[in-house]
Amino acid sequence: MSALLELRDVEARYGPVKALHGVSLSVEEGSIVAVLGANGAGKTTILRAISNTVRRSGDIVFAGRRLGRAGPDAVMRLGIAHVPEGRGIFRELSVWDNLRLGAYVRRDRAAVAADAERMLGHFPWIARRRGQAAGTLSGGEQQMLALARALMGRPRLLLLDEPSLGLAPLVVREIFRILAELNERDGLTALVVEQNASVALRVSQSACVLEVGRVVLAGPSTELREHDAVRRSYLGY
Amino acid sequence: MALAAFSWQELAQQVVSGLASGGIYASLALALVLIYRATRVINFAQGELATLTTFVAWSLTNHGLNKWVAFPLTLLIAFAGGVALERVVIRPVERAPVLTVVMLTIGLLIGLNGLTAWIWGGETRSFPSLFSTGTVDVGGVAVSYADIGVIGVTLGAVGLISLFFRFTKLGLGMRAVAANPETSPLVGIRVGWMLALGWGLAATLGALSGILVAPTVFLEPNMMQAILLYAFAAAILGGLESPLGAVVGGLLLGVILNLAGRYVPEVGGESRLAVALAVILIVLTIRPSGLFGRTVGRRV
Ligand SMILES: Nc1ncnc2c1ncn2[C@@H]1O[C@H](COP(=O)(O)OP(=O)(O)OP(=O)(O)O)[C@@H](O)[C@H]1O
Ligand SMILES: [Mg+2]
Repeated sequence: MSALLELRDVEARYGPVKALHGVSLSVEEGSIVAVLGANGAGKTTILRAISNTVRRSGDIVFAGRRLGRAGPDAVMRLGIAHVPEGRGIFRELSVWDNLRLGAYVRRDRAAVAADAERMLGHFPWIARRRGQAAGTLSGGEQQMLALARALMGRPRLLLLDEPSLGLAPLVVREIFRILAELNERDGLTALVVEQNASVALRVSQSACVLEVGRVVLAGPSTELREHDAVRRSYLGY
Repeated sequence: MALAAFSWQELAQQVVSGLASGGIYASLALALVLIYRATRVINFAQGELATLTTFVAWSLTNHGLNKWVAFPLTLLIAFAGGVALERVVIRPVERAPVLTVVMLTIGLLIGLNGLTAWIWGGETRSFPSLFSTGTVDVGGVAVSYADIGVIGVTLGAVGLISLFFRFTKLGLGMRAVAANPETSPLVGIRVGWMLALGWGLAATLGALSGILVAPTVFLEPNMMQAILLYAFAAAILGGLESPLGAVVGGLLLGVILNLAGRYVPEVGGESRLAVALAVILIVLTIRPSGLFGRTVGRRV
């Protein structure tokens, strides 16, 4: 079986600063892959390299197709939804407009409406707050809204950047529970960047550890959970 | 100098004709705001663009085209011109600092002004009005058809644009780009085309304001320069980021200028500009975000 997404020797730089030094990883269809690493390791940059929002080189193959020079909007149209670091909420727009924007490129109105209903099933509070400016939501609500927005695009691959950042443990559990549910029930494929390794290793099937722009460890999540270095550096026991 | 006797009828007349000129400022102010919201760029060429397209309208009618055909056609040409200008001139500097782009629009101002003068010459021409002359009695107040027409057309145009923003997918995309240009491509929006569309709409509004104002100020290459300044004042009064603010600011400024010109003896035709500048200064000191400045903070 070939992978849905494959990175081969990907490098990325911000001006003169090189942030990725030849990263290779693959994401199987229907799996959740976690990327762990300390601050500044290059986790965000991996996702940016995929959505082409950073200068990068190397091969990125999605569904058998090289992404090449496709711009971020074209990458999204191919089926990759990127929830960026900081969530990328449209603050002045209403909660409902934020949700609708996730389906911006879709033409199947009836299915979009059905998907919106499903999102309200996952996040009932959205219905009550639909007219409110999204910038006035709490951090946790914004994260859930960003996730719902991404799912509205029916992506074949979801890129999530630190969904747990700054959120209460209960909200983190809720977000990862929904992610696991979508993965099991609908076969959602996701590449999730996380510093909260214990949660990330629980929902993901495989994971890799990034250090200063290089993958230093990769394997099934169950194995990484038992790995000494991972336990010491990321799980804290 | 003694003031002429005060009458409520005259006050009402002054307010109505103030609203009419205000409508013209409002459409040009809205043009400025549409571009500013999306890119933080103040398009100094907006007035010259309006002048040039008004000359196009003049040429079309001069070649025998009925004005009811010529003017809508001009709006279409303006739209296409605005889109093309963004794609060809602005796009190469899309990632440049805002100041660079603003300088470029100042260059455009000079270039377009020269182009207009070169094609049509510098003389002043009369321009056909969309509306018939004469007045109609509204509750004892004589209101000119032209004033009613200008107010109606500008409010109609503004209404159409707000419906477009509210109820169409493209409108949603343009609002998204104004709210968060970094995330917009991540939901599949082609940001560059949204910006071009914004320039197209702005140019269309500018052409509309030119067509509406030309019958009274007469057509010549520098026709819109004072109007652009009033439009700045209106946009700042309403809040540079608020389309609604631009419209309310425009109407309000029109009324303020008219009333000041009539009832403050020192304010004659020439010193209206000074009043507009005073409005700008007062707003920037007391409430820099304008009457309708946004309440939700912008992430930087
Ligand atoms: N816009 C930028 N300009 C210059 N350097 C940058 C920029 N963004 C990131 N970097 C650098 O690239 C490297 C990787 O950054 P990245 O944001 O990918 O790290 P990260 O693993 O996501 O960290 P964190 O956990 O703090 O989010 C860091 O050394 C960082 O300083
Ligand atoms: Mg990061």
